[in-house]
Amino acid sequence: MSDYKMHLLICSGTGCKASESEDIINSFTSLIDEFGLEDEVQIVRTGCFGFCEKGPIVKVLPDNTFYVRVSPGDTEEILKEHIVKGRTVQRLLYTDPVTNENISDSKGIGFYKKQIRIALRNCGFINPENIEEYIARDGYMALGKCLAEFTPEETIQEIKESGLRGRGGGGFPTGLKWEITRKSEADQKYVVCNADEGDPGAFMDRSILEGDPHSVLEAMAICGYCIGADKGLVYIRAEYPLAIERLKTAIKQAREYGLLGNDIMGAKFNFDIELRYGAGAFVCGEETALIHSMEGLRGEPTFKPPFPSVSGYMGKPTNVNNVETFANIPVILNKGANWFNKIGTEKSKGTKVFALAGKINNVGLIEVPMGTTLREVIYDIGGGIKNGKEFKSVQTGGPSGGCLTKDFLDTPIDYDNLIAAGSMMGSGGMIVMDEDDCMVSIARFYLEFTLEESCGKCTPCRVGNKRLHEILDKITKGKGEVEDIERLRVLSSVIKDASLCGLGQSSPNPVLSTIANFENEYLAHVNDGKCPAGQCKALLKYEIAEDLCTGCTLCFRNCPVGAITGERRQPHFIDQSICIKCGVCFEKCKFDAITLT
Amino acid sequence: MPKIKLAENTIQLIKDTCAEFGNKESELINVLHQVQHKLGYLPAEVQEVIAKELKTSVAKVYGVVTFYSFFTMIPHGENPISICMGTACYVRGAEQVLAEFKRQLKVEVGESTSDGKFSINCLRCVGACGLAPVVTVGEKVYGRVAPSEVKKIIAEYREGCAGDDAKSA
Repeated sequence: MSDYKMHLLICSGTGCKASESEDIINSFTSLIDEFGLEDEVQIVRTGCFGFCEKGPIVKVLPDNTFYVRVSPGDTEEILKEHIVKGRTVQRLLYTDPVTNENISDSKGIGFYKKQIRIALRNCGFINPENIEEYIARDGYMALGKCLAEFTPEETIQEIKESGLRGRGGGGFPTGLKWEITRKSEADQKYVVCNADEGDPGAFMDRSILEGDPHSVLEAMAICGYCIGADKGLVYIRAEYPLAIERLKTAIKQAREYGLLGNDIMGAKFNFDIELRYGAGAFVCGEETALIHSMEGLRGEPTFKPPFPSVSGYMGKPTNVNNVETFANIPVILNKGANWFNKIGTEKSKGTKVFALAGKINNVGLIEVPMGTTLREVIYDIGGGIKNGKEFKSVQTGGPSGGCLTKDFLDTPIDYDNLIAAGSMMGSGGMIVMDEDDCMVSIARFYLEFTLEESCGKCTPCRVGNKRLHEILDKITKGKGEVEDIERLRVLSSVIKDASLCGLGQSSPNPVLSTIANFENEYLAHVNDGKCPAGQCKALLKYEIAEDLCTGCTLCFRNCPVGAITGERRQPHFIDQSICIKCGVCFEKCKFDAITLT
Repeated sequence: MPKIKLAENTIQLIKDTCAEFGNKESELINVLHQVQHKLGYLPAEVQEVIAKELKTSVAKVYGVVTFYSFFTMIPHGENPISICMGTACYVRGAEQVLAEFKRQLKVEVGESTSDGKFSINCLRCVGACGLAPVVTVGEKVYGRVAPSEVKKIIAEYREGCAGDDAKSA
């Protein structure tokens, strides 16, 4: 990157691509051409910067200026003002919501201040389609070091000492897993990367694969060297077309550079990687189900033991790790286990990537040291709750996790604390909810998901979750009774106890945690026929207060179903038989004349 | 479902795809991906050909096709509309957006309009949570969609058949 005077780093992750970052790149390319700056300014198409809320993001180097929410129409001003004249375009900078000051350097933005980026170290810095940029940032150095200086046993020892635990959700010690697979004797072994990110609302793995695919390939090769495998497979969702393309490119380049294939770095070590596509089944995140899916079968889990480390893909010992786990490996080997294990808490080392989303100001991808509190994540990094509303709950662990209340805001986040609090780490989805979110509806939403995704093998999961969903649905429609709450509890514990795999064992968690933390809300539904959050439509009624209505016709004009009638300057009325309770009138009314009961 | 007769060249295309993967049963999912990519969907007749080529039972192929949500036995509309129902989109109002699409197009999730122009599906997280709620129509992504914008989005794709538009709107 050194010959150019300036670099324009433009995010081309899925989120920013969806908001026209490709047009921004094209526009800059033609402008640079027009101004004859081809030799001075280079455009770098990077992976995700993480700050998706403010995307598309354009970063200018060397001065590190961070432009947010850039549109294709802004490119000319950036070029003429910033690149040609050296003047920052103030209106495109991030404005600190508290001080109202424009911040030019991303390091000064609250969103980035408390983050430590290990797994995401290269995302947003390098062009993921150029292997040389990865190599320039110490890429493939860890692999070289292992092949030249360390035995497989020594490498495994280093990983064990680092304290790294699986980032896919379970938290199993990675080094130990490698050691077990190494000790399994067989003529053929496999390294599998689990990139079947099915948790709705989580996009960590996708961003790593899109932004830094080589870090995963390098780690898989290291794993192959350690366990004695010459073949790696990435099981990736077919719904991630961009990540698949970037991986394909990365694999091709690594082969050309002799970093995959036969006799890697002249060390008589062979290793190659192929892709396998998922087809949309959440249960395939479970390793035995994933392996069956790779074999062309229905992705149904099977009983463990035997563990995949002993008998996995095609009946051979198979080491399955998640994308984020792999992305940590090269850094650990470059900087040493003793550097890594100083970050984090006693039992959870290093950092964790979270996809922070929901009712929060700064939606995005973040990486924080283990032990950071939920409060720091939600308020310092996330910038607090959207529209000044009140925080109600944070959901971690996706459909397997639970909803935590404000009582847990100061709990340091690590594997064990989250489980103790009735939730779990999961793969790293973190959804923030505010006062307008009904917890019964949220539980129903998650059950609807597990209901669809249950593979159907175990009756408690297949039938039990269906019944849970029916009861929850009944409650949200105002037809529940107080005994239903106990029914939910009992049924949940049966499903947890009697299901074979992690999906069934954890599917009632959203129900149990919402009952434990928000029982009053359940009671309000069943006893008073009220939804305190005002979300359950069957329990709502919108009405116009005659004395407050000025007859401005705003509600009349915005009602999508024509349920509102009335003359200009006269009070309006809502026909309850037509009203679909979408709430548009309520939002649009400037005179607070519409009430919700 | 009425039987459809596959054209000779379609059968050949399926056979070639199976051959590409060495007619191996373990490559079933890859074969299905390829065939669906080329034909748009996997009706029963297509599954029969695949089963024969891979020397396995139709029941097994059907079992796999129906297990994975990515595979479909019904053709998508000309403009497949997907509403993201991931958690991030859900808490930002995806349910209302979906309801509005269903109301406007008068079809349920998984169905196509009678003119074949639109179909509605739900998907779980496209990973653009910063833009929640998200709707995709074909390759195009619409972010921060409000129920009131649904009509406008549909209209974009109705252009060229304004007569129909007036009737159904």
